Amino acid sequence: MFRSYHDRIKNPRLALAAGIALAALLQLCGGWIDPYTTQVILFASINVILAVSLNLIMGETGQFSLCHAAFMAVGAYSSAILTGKALPALLPHLAWTGTSWASQVTFLPVLFIAGLIAAFAGMIVGGPSLRLRGDYLAMVTLGFGEIIRVLLQNTNAVGGARGMEGILPATNLFWAIGFAAVTLYTMIALVRSTFGRGFQAVRDDEIAAAAMGINTTRFKITAFVIGAFFAGIAGALYAHAVEFISPEGFNFLRSFEIIVMVILGGLGRPVGVAVAAILITLLNEWLRDLSQYRMVVYALIIILFMIFRPTEALGSFFRRFLPLKKGTETESGNASCNAS
Amino acid sequence: MSTKHSLLEVRNCSLRFGGIAALTDVSIKIEAGELLGLIGPNGAGKTSLFNILTGVYRPTEGEILFEGAHVAGLPSHAINTLGMARTFQNIRLFGSLDVGMNVRTSFIARLRNGLFNTVRRGRSFRSEEEEIQEEGRRLLSYFGLEHAALHPSRSLSYGDQRRLEIVRALATKPRLLLLDEPAAGMNPTEKEELKRLIALVRDEFGTAVLLVEHDMKVVMGICERLYVLDQGKVLASGTPAEIRANPKVITAYLGKDHGEVVG
Repeated sequence: MFRSYHDRIKNPRLALAAGIALAALLQLCGGWIDPYTTQVILFASINVILAVSLNLIMGETGQFSLCHAAFMAVGAYSSAILTGKALPALLPHLAWTGTSWASQVTFLPVLFIAGLIAAFAGMIVGGPSLRLRGDYLAMVTLGFGEIIRVLLQNTNAVGGARGMEGILPATNLFWAIGFAAVTLYTMIALVRSTFGRGFQAVRDDEIAAAAMGINTTRFKITAFVIGAFFAGIAGALYAHAVEFISPEGFNFLRSFEIIVMVILGGLGRPVGVAVAAILITLLNEWLRDLSQYRMVVYALIIILFMIFRPTEALGSFFRRFLPLKKGTETESGNASCNAS
Repeated sequence: MSTKHSLLEVRNCSLRFGGIAALTDVSIKIEAGELLGLIGPNGAGKTSLFNILTGVYRPTEGEILFEGAHVAGLPSHAINTLGMARTFQNIRLFGSLDVGMNVRTSFIARLRNGLFNTVRRGRSFRSEEEEIQEEGRRLLSYFGLEHAALHPSRSLSYGDQRRLEIVRALATKPRLLLLDEPAAGMNPTEKEELKRLIALVRDEFGTAVLLVEHDMKVVMGICERLYVLDQGKVLASGTPAEIRANPKVITAYLGKDHGEVVG
């Protein structure tokens, strides 16, 4: 139920390196993976980034946010403009094909810039609205999400309602899985620390947190900024994976889908949330054949998931393989067993 | 203003909610290291006074000086950082965190390592976590809670939860500790233990304590000086013996006709 007194991650960098190595390995030796499976893995990784980053805002800090897809949109459009217009204009003599070395080398800074712009959007929505609580905050974030969508729809420079097409296919298994690993590591490392417990203190009791010297507003904005940063990266990866983005792809339903992943995975459980994100991605694919009944079955399965919560159990199962340690003190370690 | 300041000085503070006056023209003074009691019947404004001291409310009128600095209207976290910590009448622990982590949250405002070092988990981060761990353990052991460090805070008994709140407040290294009815819900043995602990807080940490409490045995037993609030006003102040003999206090507590009954 609860986390350890001593937040120790054994060899944290090793875990991160293993994730990135897996990403590189799949990228280099993954020739046998067919394009469809590749696409599904890309989507799953992107959803992991989205869900785990929303978990920081909703699960750890307890701020109900309905605009995660909007942060994603900001990242997606920013990066599409960068790779589609800015980079070819700045360095016209290089070959921009998405898979060319020039595109691949510049993709990392592009992802970061997309993330930073989304983080800035997170700060804008976070700043004023974090004085609000619960339902009011939900309304403000819902409104922000719609504003972003409508703005994009009415801006002809980015294609308006038609969207942007012909985006370079720069996203590959390495970037997607690599960033999923980086996101998961960052979130776990962040929360499993004295600093990170501040997010949970704010969630549990804001008045008590403030009385203990925690600047609750700063923590809430930090959560929004970090969450939006990774959502922006996910958006950029998405844009360069599907090569076509339109405002409708980042509507309220998209935000809602991410929220479902977070809730199914268990609020405040990054590993469970990541597992839920993967399962829902797969579910979406399996249900494709059902055409018009797809959403009905989808909803039914979500309800069953809610009742039986298999993902939380899966999360705990997978957590065993991650180098996260519970209760490292000898004497207090025993106490923890008795308590749980 | 070069003279020595009182630790805390409340000057003519009033707090009104619309037409209702929770506090009227309250002035109190606390010196460093003092053990001060604040008593009064229900609704006298004791918790309201706590709330203006700790930045939950801003006083409608008057000023509050902590070590000579104006603090009225500052946000709670800033007041805590200046050196004033509190506990709550209705216990407010962080329910999803275990006992040790509840204490550790008090160190957040003074962390040397920021976001990036935390995620990087470098050497400076690790040594700071170790220090906090040690310090937290030391504080918990003072209050006999060390064995419970890994227990969920909700699983503690009522008395232990109240003690954990005190430990958590102490971990912010305050020079003034405000305790809001710490003995509520405790049995007589626990109350005796609490008296010992409050004295220990003062003697061991040099922290001044402002204690709101209904249990007269506890208040009279340990406080050096008392303020009595009634209907938002300071009714009397003085040593426990003076207060006990004060007819105005007796009237406020028991009504006019019963004054003689009290010893």
